[in-house]
Amino acid sequence: MIQSFFNPEIIVASWPIVRAGLLNTVLLSLLVVPLGLFGGLILALLASVKHPAVRWPLMAWVDFFRAFPPLVLLILLFAGLPFAGLELGGFVCVAIAFFLNTGAYYGEILRAGIDSVPGGQIEAARSTGLSRLQAMTSVVLPQAVRNVLPDLLSNTLEVVKLTALGSVVAVPELLYQARQAQSLTYNPTPIVVAAIIYFLMLWPAVRLLSRLENRAFAGP
Amino acid sequence: MSSWERFAETFLNTKVMLKYLPDILSGVVVTIELAALVVVTGIAAGLALALLRSLGIRPLNWLIVVVVDLFRSLPPLVVIVLIYFGLPSVDLSPSGFVSTWLSLAFVLMAFSEEIFWAGITAVARGQWEAARSTGLSFGQTLMSVVLPQAFRLTIPPLTNRTIAITKGTALGTVVAVTEILGQASSAMSNSYNPSPLLMGALAYIVLFFPVVVVARWVETRLAWKR
Repeated sequence: MIQSFFNPEIIVASWPIVRAGLLNTVLLSLLVVPLGLFGGLILALLASVKHPAVRWPLMAWVDFFRAFPPLVLLILLFAGLPFAGLELGGFVCVAIAFFLNTGAYYGEILRAGIDSVPGGQIEAARSTGLSRLQAMTSVVLPQAVRNVLPDLLSNTLEVVKLTALGSVVAVPELLYQARQAQSLTYNPTPIVVAAIIYFLMLWPAVRLLSRLENRAFAGP
Repeated sequence: MSSWERFAETFLNTKVMLKYLPDILSGVVVTIELAALVVVTGIAAGLALALLRSLGIRPLNWLIVVVVDLFRSLPPLVVIVLIYFGLPSVDLSPSGFVSTWLSLAFVLMAFSEEIFWAGITAVARGQWEAARSTGLSFGQTLMSVVLPQAFRLTIPPLTNRTIAITKGTALGTVVAVTEILGQASSAMSNSYNPSPLLMGALAYIVLFFPVVVVARWVETRLAWKR
């Protein structure tokens, strides 16, 4: 058991490979989380225009990506686009897929946040002479973000976990590197190590969320 | 040939599509089987854990929290890979289908336990006390007073989570499950044509889009009134 899953020699031997993966996972997360947030912000700002011609296509867009598995989107970009003469590479495909997929989720959360800010706030801000954009960025958004902070955190956790999909298109993140190490050593220890790293890295966020969610449910 | 015709020839090739339609359809069947198994077992296990937790046995509750936290922090793909490539070392060789099913069921169990538990704790303490004082037993109170109220609260977050995790059946393709994506990918490499992949993508939309729309409707109907 210990020989197969917690083999100390293999942990030492595979550490440089796994460590490089960990570093890439962190870097990848630092790229895709802001990218998704940016996509979500665009969607949420568009949704604040309450016109039906904007609202319905937007809702369809968001529901489309809620229904579409991110891995299928990634494979479509990675394996489908080369047939149209567009070869983007795993990394760029991950970035685009995350922008689209996690952007839709972030957009839905931010939209709920913006909706939770009373309309009187905008009217008050506008009447002090702020433009529509200024009212949105300095009055509505800060309150909106605060109101949906647990959901934003929860989605960010999911986004970081989702970076493991990169392994399917050969992006050398933590899972990919661990699998490389596993096939080099014929031993699943590196994958166990990767799992432990994911757990240690994300557990604090899970604990925090669990507290926030319980408090939100308990109501006032 | 116009550029549109060339595009259609590549991405919407009817000959290729017809040839691989049966494969994609068999993939749809596998995806539905896998999804149904994951949803039923994952939610049942999550509910069972939440009920166990309501008994208030300290060491047991700690164990439940650790297991739940573990499966909330691990990416589902990592769990799948761990089960599929790890267990053979101890002479257990689950198939790709079983590995994917177990992994996603564990993940759904963890998330649904957390949601059910939050629902149960949200029902005010006084409800328990009032029900118990009318002579109902612990079990009766749970079943006829607490759970019906808890369920209403849990449905919107639970449907969201369930959809997100059920979409993960596509991950099975990494461990050679012949679900939609797996069938579409192999059809694509056999035919040197991406049309099957587009067909697979369409199959996912047909399967999941109605679920998302119904979920959105349920969400607004049962929205948590603040």
